[in-house]
Amino acid sequence: MSDSLLSDILNNDGVNPVEQFLRSDRIPHIWCPGCGIGTTVNSFARALIESKIDLQSLALVSGIGCTGRVAGYVQLDSFHTTHGRAIPFATGLKLANPKLNVVVYSGDGDLSAIGGNHLIHAARRNIDLKVICVNNLIYAMTGGQTAPTTPDDSITSTNPYGVFEPSFNLPQLVEAAGAVYVARWTTFHVRQLARSIGEAFQKKGFSFIEVISPCPTLYQRRNKLGDGLDAMKYYKEKSKVRHGAPTSEVGLTMTGEIVVGKFVDRDRPDYQTLMRGQFAESLGERFVEQTEMVCS
Amino acid sequence: MAKGRVSVVVERCKACGFCVEFCPSHVLALSSAFNSKGYHPPHVVHPEKCSGCDLCGMYCPDFAIFATKVKTAGGDK
Amino acid sequence: MKADPRGVLTGIHFMDGDHACCEGALAAGARFAAGYPITPSTEVVERFASRVPTVGGTFIQMEDELAASITLQGAVWGGAKAFTVTSGPGFSLMMEHIGYAVMTETPCVFVDVQRGGPSTGLPTLPAQSDMFQARWGSHGDYEIIALCPNSPQECFDLTIKAFNLAEEFRVPVMFMMDEVVGHMTEKVVIPPADQIDVTPRRHTHKSFEDYLPYGTNGDQVPEMAHAGEGYKFHVTGLTHDERGYPNMTPQVQDKLVRRLQSKIRDAADRIALFEEEQIEGADVVVISYGITSRVAQRAIEAARDQGLCVGKLRLITAWPFPEQKIRELAANVKAFVVPELNLGQMVREVERAAAGQAKTFAVSHAGGGVHNPNDILKVIVEASR
Repeated sequence: MSDSLLSDILNNDGVNPVEQFLRSDRIPHIWCPGCGIGTTVNSFARALIESKIDLQSLALVSGIGCTGRVAGYVQLDSFHTTHGRAIPFATGLKLANPKLNVVVYSGDGDLSAIGGNHLIHAARRNIDLKVICVNNLIYAMTGGQTAPTTPDDSITSTNPYGVFEPSFNLPQLVEAAGAVYVARWTTFHVRQLARSIGEAFQKKGFSFIEVISPCPTLYQRRNKLGDGLDAMKYYKEKSKVRHGAPTSEVGLTMTGEIVVGKFVDRDRPDYQTLMRGQFAESLGERFVEQTEMVCS
Repeated sequence: MAKGRVSVVVERCKACGFCVEFCPSHVLALSSAFNSKGYHPPHVVHPEKCSGCDLCGMYCPDFAIFATKVKTAGGDK
Repeated sequence: MKADPRGVLTGIHFMDGDHACCEGALAAGARFAAGYPITPSTEVVERFASRVPTVGGTFIQMEDELAASITLQGAVWGGAKAFTVTSGPGFSLMMEHIGYAVMTETPCVFVDVQRGGPSTGLPTLPAQSDMFQARWGSHGDYEIIALCPNSPQECFDLTIKAFNLAEEFRVPVMFMMDEVVGHMTEKVVIPPADQIDVTPRRHTHKSFEDYLPYGTNGDQVPEMAHAGEGYKFHVTGLTHDERGYPNMTPQVQDKLVRRLQSKIRDAADRIALFEEEQIEGADVVVISYGITSRVAQRAIEAARDQGLCVGKLRLITAWPFPEQKIRELAANVKAFVVPELNLGQMVREVERAAAGQAKTFAVSHAGGGVHNPNDILKVIVEASR
């Protein structure tokens, strides 16, 4: 029986639920066939829908790189900043207008290499930011150079004979620095990722969600790992959900097990709570709380 | 009676194959048709099996496919 | 509009340039600063850190200048007037983000309390050797505005001017102090708030549908919106069109980058601030700025005592450089004498603008102290021959 014989009332008038969050006039986007970044955006969109978050007070900040381009495709107040500096920009945004919900959406190179210093300090301070780190294990935009997350033995354009540097275990890094919410999923785990993003929205403090994602054009191809779909099948086969796993045990290799799940979910006062508390205690009545700074 | 219905935005598709692979009901396959960029978009081969779960939509990195749940006029009796 | 009295420390004060600069920022309406300590600028933000919790605002000491220079811009897009403060090595680190502020048209102020360079140089001693860096330090073609105070009073007054220019032109303004002006203590008069004019943010009144983040209505400066107001705009450092969307073609590049330049250049005469004295009929005009202008004053007076016709032109805005003024003067004077605490920076601009109509004499100094007025006098005498 063909669809046309059914008189059907579609729940959402036949529009992709993610469409409302996209700058449709800029689609199709620049990401390669089989790249997982777009998939993460679907999960992000789902989280926005489920959490019923006020879109007007949501701001998205990204850095430079393939994932950094997310800012340009989402229909939100969005800021495409400089390489590695999405987090300090986001910090300024949040401190000037604490009512904003600020999401940092950027890649592994941007956040952990050039942006590494800012990553650890924002986690230390527990700035109320939701960081979505799409980790494709490479510097993709610039043609596939080694990233701090590129696994041992991988072939990249700057390690043509194989990477020999130890790579970062990002969940361990940000947990040690002080993040209150740390999770890792892959682009295969679309629903779990959406759920984690939703949980991060409920959390006050520095939340970090790593999403392992395929880079078919560079990482997959140079390492003869197939295409994006092959990566997704690898994620499906080799991922192991271990909620609460010690982050020291979740390091990645090229073809080994990928531990996913929610690793850290703890409570610490966030930066602004601490700041307010300190001033209230030291200054008493002299403390003038800054609410909004909107200058006319 | 299908519980869901798939829509494909043909021109956005880059034939990555995620939707075909991860549809739990194996509703989709890459078609032999081409879009203007030369990619084979998916088509629905088993429409009756579609549950409207929209996993295809969630997986699609190009926002080129989605599924919605379907109600018949007059509702179920 | 008038200054918010909560930020104005009305009264007669005895304070140094760094402290006066902080008060100027507060009077201008700055309620956010991000900083990183570097001698001899640190006192500006130390004072801000102490003052702002009782005025209503935020200071955050970031982990480095790379962060500070972009955190303040996030705050601007969140609705604040914001600034940072640094010296040579930090200024160098901030260059990428100065370019980002130019490209995204983020109004803000960067204070550079200049010290001896290059590199670590002379952390506690003065120089004026970042002047060209202020203009050309970031990559690409761009224009900025730079102001040079020569006293703690001017550190107060001109900081307000800096913020006002930043808002008017949606451009980062470089506030080029030097270690002597920053650390000298003098009388600073802070008037009542209702006597201080501050320029409000160029906020759009357009509807969500009509607003174009980088569209202009005939003048060359777009209207701004802040995050959280529902405009859902996009800001990027990539070459972009009126919608703010990346559009990386030579046509869009030409349109955008030329407008970023011309919005400043076309207004150069309006922006230019300088102090003139006895220019009429002068044979030699001494052009100086910052602390050197005060030392030069001694030399100028000594030269006049010797019967020489010496005029003074003090640059208050160093950039955009007052080319037109210099070109006109050059037709009527014999020579320019340009003392600077560097090995020849602004003198190049003077020479360029003079276009051979008048001779140009530099009085250079590698930094670390101020000129001996006699060294300037010697050159004035030579220039007068």
